[in-house]
Amino acid sequence: MAAINITNVSKIYAGGVEAVKSVSIDIADGEFIVLVGPSGCGKSTLLRMVAGLEAISKGTVEIGDRVINDVEPAERDIAMVFQNYALYPHMTVYNNLAYGLKNRGTPKAEIDARVAEAARMLEIEQYLTRKPRALSGGQRQRVAMGRAIVRKPAAFLFDEPLSNLDAKLRVTMRGEIKQLQKRLGTTSLYVTHDQLEAMTLADRLVVLNGGQIEQIGRPLDVYHKPASTFVASFIGSPAMNLLRATRDGTRLHFGSQVLETGRLTALPTELTVGFRAEDLRVARTSEQSLAMKVDYVEELGAQRLVHGSVDGKTLTAALSPEIELADTIALTIAPLRLHFFDTTTGKRLTQALDGLGGRREVASALETAVG
Amino acid sequence: MTNTPSSSAMSGTLATPAAGGFSRLFGLRKSPTRPPEDTAAKRVQFNSPLLPYLFLAPQMAIIFIFFYWPSVQAIHSSFYLEDPFGFGSTFVGFANYTDVLKSGEYLSIARFTAVFTALVTFFSLAIGLLLAVTADGVIKGNATYKTLLIWVYAIAPPVAGLMGMMMFDQHIGPLVKFAAFFGWDIKVGLYYTDTALAMIVVSVWKQIPYNFIFFLSGLQGIPVSVREAALMDCRSGIRRFWTVTLPLLAPTAFFLLIINTTYALFDTFGVIDVMVKDKAANNPITLVYKVYMDGFRGNDLGGSSAQSVILMVIVFVLTIFQFRFIERRVHYS
Repeated sequence: MAAINITNVSKIYAGGVEAVKSVSIDIADGEFIVLVGPSGCGKSTLLRMVAGLEAISKGTVEIGDRVINDVEPAERDIAMVFQNYALYPHMTVYNNLAYGLKNRGTPKAEIDARVAEAARMLEIEQYLTRKPRALSGGQRQRVAMGRAIVRKPAAFLFDEPLSNLDAKLRVTMRGEIKQLQKRLGTTSLYVTHDQLEAMTLADRLVVLNGGQIEQIGRPLDVYHKPASTFVASFIGSPAMNLLRATRDGTRLHFGSQVLETGRLTALPTELTVGFRAEDLRVARTSEQSLAMKVDYVEELGAQRLVHGSVDGKTLTAALSPEIELADTIALTIAPLRLHFFDTTTGKRLTQALDGLGGRREVASALETAVG
Repeated sequence: MTNTPSSSAMSGTLATPAAGGFSRLFGLRKSPTRPPEDTAAKRVQFNSPLLPYLFLAPQMAIIFIFFYWPSVQAIHSSFYLEDPFGFGSTFVGFANYTDVLKSGEYLSIARFTAVFTALVTFFSLAIGLLLAVTADGVIKGNATYKTLLIWVYAIAPPVAGLMGMMMFDQHIGPLVKFAAFFGWDIKVGLYYTDTALAMIVVSVWKQIPYNFIFFLSGLQGIPVSVREAALMDCRSGIRRFWTVTLPLLAPTAFFLLIINTTYALFDTFGVIDVMVKDKAANNPITLVYKVYMDGFRGNDLGGSSAQSVILMVIVFVLTIFQFRFIERRVHYS
């Protein structure tokens, strides 16, 4: 077990394309870090540089106290779980697990013990004599994890390990990975494009975009305080609503519609306003509101997603299924639930409310009690 | 008279196309691209029971005309003593076979054929594999590198034989001059071992590109992530090669083993012919060349047929052996 320090790491390909741009992440011992972003954001490249499968163009990667830039992958004391499992097809499950240990000259008895332990943990004991092709996708994934576990490495690297599984199995395996990592306490770096996986697994998540870090933070912090419009629209499902608005004193103008916020300080007059679909609620007649023209509805059971438009801009609201829908509904939102972003840079505009994390929670509690 | 063993004039008595086609048939049936599980899964239903036979008919006709019929002819004439001038034939039973098997000359040619086949197969496979592994590792300009290696395959066997002869030519051959530098006087066509060496070198050289292509595509068929997984599990490149790469190449290697054995036994005819034709006696030849010599130079059709039947049996046994004992160790993923 060890900490991993990634310092100013860049990946520049032969053609001059910079896939990763000066990324720095400090991962504490035992921490579960998820790298998340759309395809082509450099998350896999970064992971592969830590693994030693790609050369590091600039910067340093340290595992423990050792700079491993020029260390062979097999010597880095890491284990990797691949998207397509990458099991050795000609070896039995037992040999798949034992291979890495055999090559390190681990005594036979020790190998047997470690394989047995990992197999018991992952419930693959009855498959040890089988070849990978005789296993299902989920079982193969377990074997791939077993291969990582038996090595007792300083860090686990996961490269989209659940992408090839069906939706149901993905949820099950997600839970198992989380539990296993907590039990073993091994530092983990996990790559995914699935924001839900990122939210549920991570101690801290790193949102990458275009080779750069957009935000690092605990899942809920990222969810509640996205650092940019990119993060706001990437993390959370449905994506955060983002509307261009003009500020006039304490009022926000969305085209022809106006929302009185009560308190707006030191914000530019042109800005992007964001709000979560679940923060919207149907306004009472006495309240100020935005009129949304309903286009279509997605029923999710526990809630329904209402898609529509406010002054021509698309908007999604997550409402209770009990609410009756008309062609146009009046929606409102608590001013504390609004996010503000710079229209040109997309960066979050800090305001007085941001510093008051505690009060924010209190405010939302009050709001739900009243509403 | 034509020199190539595949010419139709000779197919009546020679086992060359017959036995070669036979083991190729075996080789292709389980080629690396078609794992055995797939064939059972994809079963097509025909409306008419005759239709599948109709589809098979052209292939069956070719096999019948070029394999079964000549084979039966060869077996038939191996029991007869042919009049040298073609006036008739006498039934002699197994006399042709006993004559052949008792002949010391035939047995020594058989021994040489075994050594020749083993060496040519081994070296053409080994060098082909080595080059493929190297080419697979090349990143810059690998297309050029691969093309240069594959080129040689476009050369016809007699031309390869001729070029080989020039390399070993007494006056202008660079290899002869190179050997002379070390005090070794190579005389191809005169000294038995020198001719044997030249035959093996040229035959191997001719076959390397073929093996190279197959090994390279086999290597590229190994999933990248499996190699990367091995990279993290094993630091020694040589050990990785033996424990992961080679086992995954085994289907390709097995296929090539059969093809190369057949090549060394039969398809080296052109090379041998160019090397030993019109040369002094006591030059090494292989069994298939002996069949040709006795049948077409010596006009002993009966004895020649008996030899080709023996050759056919040898190849049959060899192929069965390869499938029974070697293929068992092959993993088809």
